[in-house]
Amino acid sequence: MIEVKNLVKKYGNHLAIDHLDFKIEQGKIYGFLGPNGAGKSTTMNIMTGYLGATQGEVIINGHDILKEPEEAKKDIGYLPEIPPLYTEMTVREYLGFAAELKRIPKGEWESSIEEVMKLTKLMDVRDRLIRNLSKGYKQRVGLAQAVLGFPDIIILDEPTVGLDPKQIIEIRELIRNLAKKHTVILSSHILAEVREVCDYIMIISKGKLVASDTPENLEHLMDGAESVEIEAKADASKMREILDRIPEIASVKTEAQENGITAAVITTKQHQDIREKIFLTFAEAKCPLLTLKSNRASLEEIFLELTQGEAVLNKDEKEDETNAGDL
Amino acid sequence: MLAIYKRELRSYFQSMIGCVFVAFLVAFTGIYFMAYNLNAGYPYFSYTLSGSLIVFLVGIPLITMKSFSEERKNKTDQLLLTAPVGIGKVVLGKYLAMVSVLAVPNLIFCLFPLIIKLQGTAYLKVDYISIGVFFLLGCVYIAIGMFLSSLTESQIIAFITTFGVLLMLYLWDGILSFLPSSAISGMVGILILITIVAAYIQHMTGNWILSGGIELIGAAICIVTYILKSNLFENMLTKVLGNLALANVFTDITSKSIVDISGIVLYLSIIVVFIFLTVQAIQKRRWS
Repeated sequence: MIEVKNLVKKYGNHLAIDHLDFKIEQGKIYGFLGPNGAGKSTTMNIMTGYLGATQGEVIINGHDILKEPEEAKKDIGYLPEIPPLYTEMTVREYLGFAAELKRIPKGEWESSIEEVMKLTKLMDVRDRLIRNLSKGYKQRVGLAQAVLGFPDIIILDEPTVGLDPKQIIEIRELIRNLAKKHTVILSSHILAEVREVCDYIMIISKGKLVASDTPENLEHLMDGAESVEIEAKADASKMREILDRIPEIASVKTEAQENGITAAVITTKQHQDIREKIFLTFAEAKCPLLTLKSNRASLEEIFLELTQGEAVLNKDEKEDETNAGDL
Repeated sequence: MLAIYKRELRSYFQSMIGCVFVAFLVAFTGIYFMAYNLNAGYPYFSYTLSGSLIVFLVGIPLITMKSFSEERKNKTDQLLLTAPVGIGKVVLGKYLAMVSVLAVPNLIFCLFPLIIKLQGTAYLKVDYISIGVFFLLGCVYIAIGMFLSSLTESQIIAFITTFGVLLMLYLWDGILSFLPSSAISGMVGILILITIVAAYIQHMTGNWILSGGIELIGAAICIVTYILKSNLFENMLTKVLGNLALANVFTDITSKSIVDISGIVLYLSIIVVFIFLTVQAIQKRRWS
């Protein structure tokens, strides 16, 4: 489907994309995730042939985007970050222009324009000037343009920016429907969105691919940092005394709450599941345990971890050390 | 290409710029027509046209300024450049749309000689040829303006630079008279021109061997010719640069009724060169 090989893009001395390599397969929704300036839009612009790469190649359905641009571009529908709209045209005129530009056979213009307008819910505004539409509608016109002609690959750069929650849900629904027949690639810096919509996530940071996997697998990536949260009816010192009996514990952070209840977050030394041990130890000490649950790292934490790199890791380690000292 | 052509043409007349341009050109020519042909009774419409040549200086930048800079500013060029259409076709579509806008007032001009004919003797052949060349000269100016528009994101800068270049070309004869005519200065002038060309090639391709080679070979040929036959360089600068006084081909027709075929070939080649340069400028931007 799409193969990106060793892609490099330099703006002067600034390395925007740093040797990016990935493959995209048919019929899935891919999400590019990364902080602002990570190189998501640049990657998409190169994949669609808007920008040239400094090095490396992009192959779309067997056609190199640079060597056979017209063949390769035929299979792509692209919604850039800012929808490329001619504001002095009406919605229908604009889509007509896009249909002609995309070389959709003349006989099918009317029907395909009608179809995408229904899909993106633009029928009500079809004869209005794009200039007079709200941001959400403009975004939808851009989306309609990308979907027009139903190309194999649909690339959407931050498709839900500027939409209200209801519209966001509609667009997500639309993307899921499109994925039944097409490959969809979307970028976002909003985690919840990517997790909800995408089958496969690629996290990009500083122009590098730092992780790529399904959302579930990515969440497992940080199993190591698993922690256990407990609440018990005891004061902090008693709780620490009880927990001291379990040798696997690396650190404990306690916080006193109302009614003599203390909460604690426990991290283990070798990523073991110590919930059972905690329960039994507290039972032995005849101290009532009110809550016991394990915390898996959320996608947010993985994202921060991967995109901000070692800074966060080191900070965590330092905290651990001080806590262990307290014990 | 057809899609872009149609859209551009429609947008010129929807956004008023096209209408303003046509009205502007026709109104000024009408004033000259009234003064020269109707009031003074001069039977050549071509003479009127040479008067309204100055209207081009403002009119042409008006239609070319938005051609590429507006697309770039609004990011609509992303739609054109990611569509399965070659850049050459995008440029050509836009160019032809602007040429069509220019054709409208020129078609209206075709009526003026007939009005003269109604009043007495008219010289239709000269008049229609001069309208044709006037139109062609406009096409040259449009190609230049389109190229300048592709270099910038700002319509205002595109307008001012195009206006400046066209004004320079308009005043070119006067500027040329200040150039020295001796052989040595001719050679130095040619060397400078070669250096400018080499610098441009270096800027566009980033290839030092190619541009350095052109510079070296050009300079060597110049110096050798100068040593062997220095009188070749006399008045060389005026001769070479004199070709840039583009309007001369047109004014020759209007004032002396001489049609210079080589001049028309020059017009066509300048159009081709600037369309090519526009394509290159857009390509270059994708890579930097």
